[in-house]
Amino acid sequence: MISVQHEDFNIGVEYENLRISSKSPGAIVTFTGLVRQIYNKESKDDIVKSLYLEHYPGMTEQKLNAIEEQARSKWELLGTKIIHRVGKLSADDQIVFVGVASSHREDAFLAAQYIMDFLKNEAPFWKKQKTQHGNEWISSRKSDIAAINKWK
Amino acid sequence: MLKIHYFAHLREQLGRECDDLVLPDGIVNVAELIEFLQHKDPTINEIFESTPKILVAINQVVVSRDSEITQNDEIAFFPPMTGG
Repeated sequence: MISVQHEDFNIGVEYENLRISSKSPGAIVTFTGLVRQIYNKESKDDIVKSLYLEHYPGMTEQKLNAIEEQARSKWELLGTKIIHRVGKLSADDQIVFVGVASSHREDAFLAAQYIMDFLKNEAPFWKKQKTQHGNEWISSRKSDIAAINKWK
Repeated sequence: MLKIHYFAHLREQLGRECDDLVLPDGIVNVAELIEFLQHKDPTINEIFESTPKILVAINQVVVSRDSEITQNDEIAFFPPMTGG
């Protein structure tokens, strides 16, 4: 299941939903991404005050569903949940949640990482951050592209 | 009629979210459409000249510049994704 939403989420509730809806999982892995206060290690005085997350409605949902399907075809998964927030967020807010239930931990760990790696590179979201120096659209990172290549 | 969407800094620089355009005669693929738009609109030209990597989607699927366009397609231009 996927959800693109403005509202915050509760990882306890999400975990519980995965545990109940999946048939006898042996492992559940969850990942939560948050808004970092310091975006660049090189410019530590650049404190992120807020973040605006834009997305492409329609394509976003389609892409997240496709990524979820890809993960389900690679590993034996009993349940998956992806949540991504959009709109205005503040430092330390939750942005993204990935939960994966499986019979074994290895499949759950790998699938959660796979989903996040592809989400970052292929789901149409864009971040604009506000610091004391002004507003700027965040550039994509080489390390995120490299993360995808390891699955090929 | 083509619907052309712009996202993130492209949308901001242009000052609009989308354009409607009747697919001009002789325009067959994405590269030709970009060239047409660059001639038509100086701001679009500036954006494509100054942004090294603009992605394009046809009907919500990312495609290459030699992909064919047909009337009524939904086109979108945007920078590389930065979600997560």
